[in-house]
Amino acid sequence: MKIYDGGKIFIGLVIFVALFASPFYLNMGKAIAKPELKFDTPEIQRLEKETGKKQCVEPKEFMRGGHMQMLNNWRDEVVRMGNRDQIVIAGQKFDKSLQLACMKCHSNKKDFCDKCHNYMAVNPYCWTCHIQPKEKQS
Amino acid sequence: MATTAKPPKPEELSKIDYKTPKKNWIDTPVEFKPGMYCHGSRAKYLEIVGFPNPREWKPGEEDWKLPENWKEIVIEGIKERLEKYRSFRLFMDICVRCGACADKCHFYIGGGDPKNMPVLRSELLRSVYRKYFTVGGKLFGKIAGARELDLNVLKELWYYAFQCTECRRCSVFCPYGIDTAEITLMARELINLLGLNTDWIMGPVSNCYMKGNHLGLEPHTIKSSIEFFLDDIETVTGIKIEPTFNRKGAEILFVTPSGDLFADPGTYTAMGYLMLFHELGIDYTWSTYASEGGNFGFFTSNEMAKRLHYKIYAEAKRLGVKWILGGECGHMWRLIHQYLDTWHGPADFLEVPKSPITGTVFENAKSTKMIHVAEFTADLIKNGKLKLDPSRNDSLKVTWHDSCNTARGMGLLEEPRYVLRNVVNHFYEMPEDTIREKTFCCGSGTGLNAGENMELRMRGGFPRANAVKFVRDHFGVNMLANVCAIDRATLKASMEYWVPDVLVCGLHELVGNALVMTGEKERTQDLRLEPLPGKEAKE
Amino acid sequence: MKILFSFFTVVVLILLAYAGVNANMHFLFGAVIPYIAVAVFLLGFIYRVLKWGSSPVPFRIPTTCGQQKSLPWIKQNKIENPSSTLGVITRMFLEVFFFRSLFRNLKTQLYEGPRLAYGEAKWLWLAGLAFHWSFLIIFVRHFRFFMQGVPSVIKTIEGLDSFLQVGVPLLYMTDVIILGAVTYLFIRRVFIPQVNYISLAADYFPLFLIFGIAASGVLMRYFFKVHIVGVKELVMGLITFNPVEMQKMQEIGVIFYIHLFLISMLLVYFPFSKLMHMGGVFLSPTRNLANNNRMVRHINPWNYPVKVHTYEEYENEFRDKMKKAGIPVEKES
Repeated sequence: MKIYDGGKIFIGLVIFVALFASPFYLNMGKAIAKPELKFDTPEIQRLEKETGKKQCVEPKEFMRGGHMQMLNNWRDEVVRMGNRDQIVIAGQKFDKSLQLACMKCHSNKKDFCDKCHNYMAVNPYCWTCHIQPKEKQS
Repeated sequence: MATTAKPPKPEELSKIDYKTPKKNWIDTPVEFKPGMYCHGSRAKYLEIVGFPNPREWKPGEEDWKLPENWKEIVIEGIKERLEKYRSFRLFMDICVRCGACADKCHFYIGGGDPKNMPVLRSELLRSVYRKYFTVGGKLFGKIAGARELDLNVLKELWYYAFQCTECRRCSVFCPYGIDTAEITLMARELINLLGLNTDWIMGPVSNCYMKGNHLGLEPHTIKSSIEFFLDDIETVTGIKIEPTFNRKGAEILFVTPSGDLFADPGTYTAMGYLMLFHELGIDYTWSTYASEGGNFGFFTSNEMAKRLHYKIYAEAKRLGVKWILGGECGHMWRLIHQYLDTWHGPADFLEVPKSPITGTVFENAKSTKMIHVAEFTADLIKNGKLKLDPSRNDSLKVTWHDSCNTARGMGLLEEPRYVLRNVVNHFYEMPEDTIREKTFCCGSGTGLNAGENMELRMRGGFPRANAVKFVRDHFGVNMLANVCAIDRATLKASMEYWVPDVLVCGLHELVGNALVMTGEKERTQDLRLEPLPGKEAKE
Repeated sequence: MKILFSFFTVVVLILLAYAGVNANMHFLFGAVIPYIAVAVFLLGFIYRVLKWGSSPVPFRIPTTCGQQKSLPWIKQNKIENPSSTLGVITRMFLEVFFFRSLFRNLKTQLYEGPRLAYGEAKWLWLAGLAFHWSFLIIFVRHFRFFMQGVPSVIKTIEGLDSFLQVGVPLLYMTDVIILGAVTYLFIRRVFIPQVNYISLAADYFPLFLIFGIAASGVLMRYFFKVHIVGVKELVMGLITFNPVEMQKMQEIGVIFYIHLFLISMLLVYFPFSKLMHMGGVFLSPTRNLANNNRMVRHINPWNYPVKVHTYEEYENEFRDKMKKAGIPVEKES
C-alpha cells in the first residue's frame, strides 16, 4: 500500500519503536550479571561457628522485601520514641541499629547492600546520616 | 411551495431540556420532528447536475424510494472515502469520547438533543464504520459500539447530517482536532449517492451550475439588479456609478455571493462595494458567469463543489484579469482558502494580487491569487487612502459576528475589525467565548437556511443570538455586522426571533456609509435610505 | 451494563492470571504472553499508523484558532494559526504535551432569561494531563527493570518522583496521581449525564484495566512484597531472549504475574482501540498542517477532472439576453 507523507510517518514510527524497544537492543549481547551476595564476613562465620547456623533477625524471604521497613521502624522507635529495647538473635543481644546490629554481621556493604541496590538502581538514604563503615571481608 | 412550520415562541423554545434519556442512544430510533428538517429535493435538480436516483420523495414518508442495493452503495461509499480522506479514517478511529465537544455545538445548546452532541453525531456514522470496517465491531457488535446499517440508521444519519452546519467549533476544543465537519461532509456524500439531497441545497446547486449563481439570476438580471443599486447610490450620494460586466482586460475580477444581489441586507453590502471601487477608480469587472462566490455544492459532495467553483479561475482566465478580489462570504472563503487552488490550480495565468491604490503585494495569496475584500479594504485604510466619516454611522452601536468559516477555516479576525473600527464610532465585542475562533454559527449555514426547518434554525441560532442579546442589554447594541452572505440572510431571521431590535449588516455597508466620495452631495441618508444622525427631517 | 461488562472483564483477567500462576503456568504468564503482547502491540501499532498513512490528505484543512498571516502590520498568531513548519511544530508540541485544545474547554450553562454563560472547565484537562504525564513517568521509571546499568536520567526521574521521601519504599507521587486521575476520569464518565450517555464499554474497559495495572503495581511495591531482584532477573531474561529458569519464576509473588498479565492485555488491546489516539494525534490534519493555503498550493493526489458547465455553454444559452443587456459576448451568434 502506498503511504502518503511516508517520510514523516516513517520517522515517527522509527522514533516510537526505537524508544519502546530500546531494552531489547540496548542489552543485546551483554552478559547479565546477577547480584550474588556474600555471607562470609568474620562475624557471620563466628555466628555460624557458635550457633551452628547463619541466622538473621528474620527469615530471608521476609528480609528480602521487608528490610527497609524494619529499619525504618527501628529508627522511629529508637530516635523518635526513645525505645531502645534490644533484640535477641540466637541468644545474642543486639541494638536496634543499622550500624550496631546489621552492619556488625554484614560488614561487607559492597558485597551485600550495594549488590542489589545497584542492580535495582535503588539509592537508599541510609548513608546521608550514617557514616559508612569500613569494609571487612573474609 | 414550502409549508412553513412555525416555530414555537422564543420563551418556549428556550426552555431546553438537557437531560439525557434513560435508553441507550443506539436503541433509540430517530424521530422526524416537523420544523427540524428540510424538504427532499425535486427530481429535476438532481437531473440537471447528473446526480443519482432522481425522483420525487418526502423525508417524512416511510418509503424513500431508494435503489435496491442502497446498503451496498453506502458501505462501498464509506470504503472509498476512508481510502480518500485521512481525516475521515482517523476521525473514525481516535475519538476517546471525552465529551469536551458536547456542549460546544449550537444545535445541542439550542436543542438539547443528545444526538447533536458532536461526539454522538459522529458516533452515528462511527457505529456503522465499526460494524463493517473494524475487527472489534465485527467480533463484538453492540458491546463494541457497532451496529448494522439498516433503513432506520440511514434515516438517522440523514436527519443529523442536516443538523450540523460544519462550523468546526467542536474541532477547536477537541484534543485531537477531530472536526465533525469532516464527518458530516462524508455523511452528506453518502446521502448524495442515494439521491437523498434536500431541495433547498439542490435548487441553488443546479442554478449555480447552469446559470452561474445560486439564485439563478440570468446575466441581464444581474445587470439590472446592480443598476437598481446604482439608482439608490445616486439618490444617496448624487454620484452615478457605471460598473462593467464580463469585461476583458480588466485588472481585477470581482466575485461575491449572489445573495448580496438579491435580498436585504446583503444588497446594501453590494452597494458598499460599488461605491468603494468607484471611489478608488480601480479597473475591475463583475462577471455574470462567475457570479457566485458561495458554493452549495460543498453541502452535497466534494466533487459537486469542485464543479461549481471551476467558473472562478476559468472566468479569470477568459477575461485575462491579473487577480481576483472576493466579496464578503463565509463558506465561500473556506473553499477559496482551503480548496480552490488544490482543485483548479495552479493559477499561474494570474499575478500575485497587488493593490493598485497602495501598491501592497498580498504575499499571503501568492499562489491562489485571490484576496478577501476585508483584507483589501483594511490595507487601504491603513495606508490612508480612504476618506472616512464614521459619524455617519453614529446611530449604530455595532457588534461583530465572526463567521465560522472565515474564523476557523482561515483566521480572518483582525482585518474586518480594523475596518470596522475605522468606519463606526461605537463598536462592542460580544463575550469572548462567543467570538473569534470560538464564534457561534448563525445556526443556518451549509444549506440549512430553508423555511420549513425554522425551528431547527432558531434553535441553532440561539447561542449566537443570546450573545448579541448580552451586548444589546449592556451596551445598547443595535447592529450585528459580519462578512458572510449566509449570515446576512439568516441572522436577520434569527435576530427578529430572538433579539428583535437588532439589525444585521455587512461590513461594506458600513464602509459605504462612512466613505466620503469625491464630488458627492451632502449626505442625508444612509444606504438603507434612512436619515443619517442629525439629518432627520425637521417638522 | 457497559460498566459492569468492562469491570468483570478486568476481574476475569486478574483471576486468569491468579489461577494460571497457581497452576504453575509461570512460563506462560511470565514469558509467552508478554512476548506475544509486545509483538502484537508493536506490529499492530505500526499497521494502524500505516493504514492511516495509506489515506492521503487531499486538502489542507487546519482548524485556525487565531489570526491568520495576511498584512504585515496585523499580528499573526503564529502558534494557533501557524503558517510555517516551526509554528506547526510548536502547535503540535503544545497539543501533545500540554493538551492545548482541551485547555480551552468551557462549560456552557443555561440560566433564566434565557441567558447562556460559559464558565471555566479545566478539570478534564487537569485530570487528563495528570493521568497521561503520570503514565509516562511511570513507564519511564520502569526502565530500571529493563536496563543493565540504569542510565542516570532514569534515576533522576525516579528521584524526583519520590523526593517527598514518604515511607519506605519511598512513595512515588505518580502512583498516587495516576490512581486519583483514573478514578476521576471514571467518576466523571459515570456521573456527568452527557458523558455517561456517549460512553461505550470501550471507554470503561481501558480505565478499569489501567486502574488494575496501577493498583497491582502499588500493592506489589508497598504491601504484598515480591522478590524484586527476581523480577528484574526475569525481565532481563526476557529482553535478552534468555528466560530464567522455572524455580526463579516461582520465587516471585503472584501479584507480579497479575500486574504483568494486565499490562500484556493492555498492549494487545491497544492497537485495536481508541487508545491509538496516541499515534493518531500526530496525524490529525486539522492540527498538523500550516495555514499557508493561499501561499503554497496543496496537491490532492486523487484530484480528477470533473464535468463542468463551460462559459461557452453558458453563453450559448444566454447570448441573446446578454447582447440585449449590453454585456459583451465571445461570439455574435
